[in-house]
Amino acid sequence: MDQSRIRNFSIIAHIDHGKSTLADRILQLTETVSERDMRDQLLDSMELERERGITIKAQAVRVDWKGYELNLIDTPGHVDFTYEVSRSLQACEGAVLVVDAAQGIEAQTLANAYLAIENELEIVPVVNKIDLPQADPEGAAAEVAELLGGRPEDVVRISAKTGENVGDVLDAIVARIPAPAGDPAAPVRALIFDSSYDQYRGVIAFVRVVDGRLEAGSAVRAMATGTQFDAEELGFMSPQRRPVPALTAGEVGYVVTGLKDVSRLRVGDTLTARVTPAASPLPGYKDVKPMVFAGLFPTDSDDYPGLRDALEKLKLNDAALFYEPETSQALGFGFRCGFLGLLHMEIVRERLEREFDLDLLVTAPNVAYRVERRGGEMVEVHNPAEMPRETERVEEPYVTASVIVPKDYVGAVMELCTERRGRFDHMEYLSEERVLLSYELPLGEIVLDFYDQLKSRTRGYASFDYDLAGFREGDLARVDVLVGGEQVDALSLILHRQFAYERGKQLVERLKEEIPRQMFDVPIQAAIGSRVIARETVKAKRKDVLAKCYGGDITRKRKLIEKQKKGKKRMKQVGGVEVPQEAFLAVLNLDGERKRT
Amino acid sequence: MTWEDVVRVASGSGHVRHLYVHLPFCAHRCGYCDFVTAVGGAEAHGPYVEALLVELEREGDMLAEPLETVFLGGGTPTFTHGDAFARLLGALPPAREMTVEANPETITAPLAALLRDHGVTRVSLGAQSFQAHLLDVLERRARPDDVRRAVHHLRDVNFDNISLDLLYGVPGQEPSDLEADLAEALTLGPEHLSCYELEAKPGTRFTHAWGGELLRQAEAMEGYFEQVVERLTAAGYRWYETANFCRDVPGRDLRAQHNLGYWRGRDYLGLGVGAVSTVSSAGGVTRRRNRPSVARYIAALGGGADPPRTFETLDVATRRRERLMLGLRLDEPLALAELEGAIDTGALSWLAERGLVEREDARGEIRLTRRGRFLGSAVTTELLAA
Repeated sequence: MDQSRIRNFSIIAHIDHGKSTLADRILQLTETVSERDMRDQLLDSMELERERGITIKAQAVRVDWKGYELNLIDTPGHVDFTYEVSRSLQACEGAVLVVDAAQGIEAQTLANAYLAIENELEIVPVVNKIDLPQADPEGAAAEVAELLGGRPEDVVRISAKTGENVGDVLDAIVARIPAPAGDPAAPVRALIFDSSYDQYRGVIAFVRVVDGRLEAGSAVRAMATGTQFDAEELGFMSPQRRPVPALTAGEVGYVVTGLKDVSRLRVGDTLTARVTPAASPLPGYKDVKPMVFAGLFPTDSDDYPGLRDALEKLKLNDAALFYEPETSQALGFGFRCGFLGLLHMEIVRERLEREFDLDLLVTAPNVAYRVERRGGEMVEVHNPAEMPRETERVEEPYVTASVIVPKDYVGAVMELCTERRGRFDHMEYLSEERVLLSYELPLGEIVLDFYDQLKSRTRGYASFDYDLAGFREGDLARVDVLVGGEQVDALSLILHRQFAYERGKQLVERLKEEIPRQMFDVPIQAAIGSRVIARETVKAKRKDVLAKCYGGDITRKRKLIEKQKKGKKRMKQVGGVEVPQEAFLAVLNLDGERKRT
Repeated sequence: MTWEDVVRVASGSGHVRHLYVHLPFCAHRCGYCDFVTAVGGAEAHGPYVEALLVELEREGDMLAEPLETVFLGGGTPTFTHGDAFARLLGALPPAREMTVEANPETITAPLAALLRDHGVTRVSLGAQSFQAHLLDVLERRARPDDVRRAVHHLRDVNFDNISLDLLYGVPGQEPSDLEADLAEALTLGPEHLSCYELEAKPGTRFTHAWGGELLRQAEAMEGYFEQVVERLTAAGYRWYETANFCRDVPGRDLRAQHNLGYWRGRDYLGLGVGAVSTVSSAGGVTRRRNRPSVARYIAALGGGADPPRTFETLDVATRRRERLMLGLRLDEPLALAELEGAIDTGALSWLAERGLVEREDARGEIRLTRRGRFLGSAVTTELLAA
């Protein structure tokens, strides 16, 4: 294809602003998919994605419009996948920015728009949902124009739901987004912007050919990881796989690699020919590292092999998922898993429970810490229970967080951010009503319940996004929890010293509520090193008997005791103390405690 | 194995030494009661007793001669119409201990004499409380004086084994009320006392009315059990079973021998509506329960058929779990040899270390310590092998 007739673009939007619906309408309008085959949100192929209305894995579809080849590269819609989004955007020359006519700009809109601008993309602004009665297309268009420094009349007003003006979007893509500018004669360089796993064909890479020509059957090498394979098949999606003999500079398509391990082919890497390789890879490759960690334990220890198999299967399609075996005294055998962020964790957990029918106990999430031991050795710690007691210094990850709220809630958001050790960066009025607040926050303060708190303190009006901003030193302490005098590894926390007493106190109070009275007193302590900072006692039961038991009710009483025995099996034993599984989640709701009860 | 097989195998062996007879009739159903009871319908008393005697006839072969114990429970056995009741007493096989349950207000001098004359050796009086306001909550008809009068009537005809039932944990009961009840009961010098915490059983009218109140006072109630045990043991009673106390008299065993049979895992035959039997034979142990309908019971036996019943087969492991559960209620030691496989030996050591179970390793026996007995259910649950 003549490069001048190719347009590569993404659609970027805040969650629920209509990205997937617009993609569906484009597929229909261009007759890529017949009415009959149309299924809502075709691009979001996983059940979970459809249900949550979010896109987890990006894909690319080729459509024809008035003699032009348009490649729609779908992007993941959430902060956890920022790197994947940025790679998808790098595969494009332009982006369609969708804003809900009733909601206006949200935090993710901003984050995505900034990413697009950083990637030097031409942005086609679109205001969607103009058919809604509460829509304010002019207000939303003004906000977008202000954000992008353009004119409100250049903002395309559409309804993806009814199809109104969707053709105008395609026309604007052709007119405004530049054609690809790669060198067709140079050695081939193709950017991997996504991959998936097919159980019959192995890893399938989605690529944008930047320079040269990628031939089916050719010997290929990934330049960063060094992985080599033969391109068994090339093609494009429409929306099914359509094989072609070659993909040329400017084109977007897929490569069947035959590789059996998705982690050998990383998003952001550059494919080149083994015979005449390119001199240097495309810029911007990053080895994404998980930042949020949690222990995953089967509720029933017999399910451990099932959990291991399930994680292996998920990993096939999710190179960012990290896991390694973990043994907890309290929870038995499980895995310490690393995630890109909270949503990623939530998605993995839901898939494990839903698709693999596992009943899981997930410990409170924590972040990755960089620790300098006494003596200078640096280690990365993914589990509070492994934090050395003696440290020279500890660094924790920080984020730059953007919160957009109606101006009445600015105080509430500032209060929350301050409680969470946030450092105010700046504030900006997006309109008379809406304010953008920018804070630097430790990621560790966000992973527990920041988002829930933000939502509840702003009555759901706040939108929130963040970007990793590197590691900083912090005055952090490891707080251990002892139940019945025995340390419960799964309850250890890393807290800022300033909050250690207060949180430690809240935690033991919560645990006191969660741990049922036993046959003896159970002390619950929070300690930093050997120093106890908070203590509560679950008083022993004084009485636990069945008052009557005679000939008539022996069966019933026996069944009652057998039932209690089964109930106990589900409790985790810590030094002879039965700790219900809920107790391990107590740490998740320290601040929410009073509202819950 | 069917019940017919059990009867066939057990018949003639005469090995069952405990007989329970259920008389369901009551003047009034108390709100907290979940026993099989029938109110009113005095015309059914005669036919019911006849049906009972038919059931006894059909299965009497398995009974030992003489029986160790007979227990007439209810309902209110002594509420049963006089003629029918006398006929039943006269027809029952003799036993070393023959207990009749009675509500205090039903005990008159003539009834006491009738019981005495028909070989009844022991009377269990449902006193429940001596506080009028608590009796009202319980919907009991007897007044405090009725209990005292009943005891005197029984003593007058030389009954020397009287048991009183007391209930604690009644909504509105103060520790001082309980203390007064215990003191009143002790004044009457009963040979035996059964003290139960009031259970709000699901589905009863009482639970509907008072369930919330019982939950609220649950914590305060913990102390009541201790109060009962302390007061009665201080008065010289033996705390021989979780909820049962008896006077310690040289040369006499004043424990409820019939109930002791249950707790020791003995076989027993139960007659009448709702009655349960547990009978072992070469093929295993079968438990059967008669259905509760009085009309169908009378009709079936009148027509020469078995009354409606449900059956349960107890395998060896289940039987051992029951032995553990029941045996630990007693103050006497339990032989481990009978419990193989039912006990988690790790839990046993752990409970022993914490002073809840006492091991007599030399004799291969265990029993609960005093503290262990207050926590009997929790300890049993812990001790049961998973």
